Amino acid sequence: MSSEISTGTSRVKRGMAEMLKGGVIMDVVNVDQAKIAEDAGAVAVMALERVPADIRAEGGVSRMSDPDMIDAIKAAVSIPVMAKVRIGHFAEAQVLESLGVDYIDESEVLSPADYANHIDKWKFTVPFVCGATNLGEALRRLTEGAAMIRSKGEAGTGDVSNAVTHMRKIRSEVLRLSSMAPDELFVAAKELQAPYDLVVEVARTGSLPTVLFTAGGIATPADAALMMQLGADGVFVGSGIFKSGNPAERANAVVQATMHYDNPDVVAKVSRGLGEAMVGINVADIPVHHRLEDRGW
Amino acid sequence: MQPVPTIGVLAIQGGVREHLRALEASGVNSTAVKTREQLSRVDALVIPGGESSTMDKLARTFELMEPLREARASGLPMFGSCAGMIMLADRIVGAIEGQESIRGLDISVERNAFGSQSESFETGIVVRGIREPDRQFEGVFIRAPWVLEVGEATDVIARISSGPHEGRIVGVRSETLMATSFHPELTADLRVHELFVEMVRNS
Repeated sequence: MSSEISTGTSRVKRGMAEMLKGGVIMDVVNVDQAKIAEDAGAVAVMALERVPADIRAEGGVSRMSDPDMIDAIKAAVSIPVMAKVRIGHFAEAQVLESLGVDYIDESEVLSPADYANHIDKWKFTVPFVCGATNLGEALRRLTEGAAMIRSKGEAGTGDVSNAVTHMRKIRSEVLRLSSMAPDELFVAAKELQAPYDLVVEVARTGSLPTVLFTAGGIATPADAALMMQLGADGVFVGSGIFKSGNPAERANAVVQATMHYDNPDVVAKVSRGLGEAMVGINVADIPVHHRLEDRGW
Repeated sequence: MQPVPTIGVLAIQGGVREHLRALEASGVNSTAVKTREQLSRVDALVIPGGESSTMDKLARTFELMEPLREARASGLPMFGSCAGMIMLADRIVGAIEGQESIRGLDISVERNAFGSQSESFETGIVVRGIREPDRQFEGVFIRAPWVLEVGEATDVIARISSGPHEGRIVGVRSETLMATSFHPELTADLRVHELFVEMVRNS
């Protein structure tokens, strides 16, 4: 190791995500919400123009946030600030990198810009988080340079079922790989549509090479506890906090339940007196072509 | 022969499992610490990297902060990396409103001193007191703090050795406390953890 200064290495990108483990990352649309999130003990905020529930309600094309709004949030809080870009929109990512955001979410919640390609994330110094519904998708995102993976639960619904499906699927596919004979991994790589070397690494270590957070549909402290017990390393909460009756209390409660996810007494205690949860939409009631989990390939 | 010490890792949030792994590899028993009871059963404590504002908030919410301060005052050895350094500092620059720490290290520490995540970096550094001190240690700095000033009873054990931040203090220790701005738990090099284990065995 030399005394040279190296930025943007895989280790500092993935290591940043490791330091968020056990924490809650909250969607915020303005400075007041960002401060509420920080005060509640969020480990980071996701700055965006509209929370997924509003994107869903209002429709239209949804894009990267206004740089002024991102700057204002960066100035208001000391915790990391993340922001979203459209899938494949590398110019939006260049803008966010120039603004100095701490993490970029290449997100299916915004309207996709490219229906074939994701961003080549190796070209950036700032790290990326990407969504995945299964192990093959997660490994394809890692191949493109993502440094953190999250589930792609149906954002803006308050329905946790898709996040559960993705988390169970990814975990079971990892387990399956780790029990396979070496000569079976060639076909496994073909079936997963993922690079052989990464498949071998997952099989050998029994885990993804990056952290795996959960996202999409988490609305209550018990939702957070559920996802942590299913093996999530941490929790993204979108509309669940600021579309509820009492955001500050709910933000506190979700953070506390995430720390003590394996202690039902704590989860019960923090679940009391939170007022209305966000109004939910059952994923099954959403027309298939409006579902977000199918965005990204 | 001395019994093998058990070193806890404060498990509020952050790089807990990396420290557990590094401690086990350094020849001690390790265990996650989330409660006062768990804290009372360890011979030393590591405070991992993560978000210091989150750790402080939850430590106070779950009534862990005072037990941590009492343990520290009674001489329980503690090692903090990154956010853990902030948690052990007497003075924090850039704290959020009302942010507290365990305190104990007579230092002023500045949060996120190197800048945003794009400024996070790796560099070889010299760490005083570790085995083979002439061999550089892989310093991994992630939205890291640095130390602005140290009191008389506190030793500087590492500084940045090149680039725009050359000379910045990134490692300190006192009789029972140690802290680094960088993350030895993200490397395979055990020498910093071994130095802490040596402090624990001598305490």
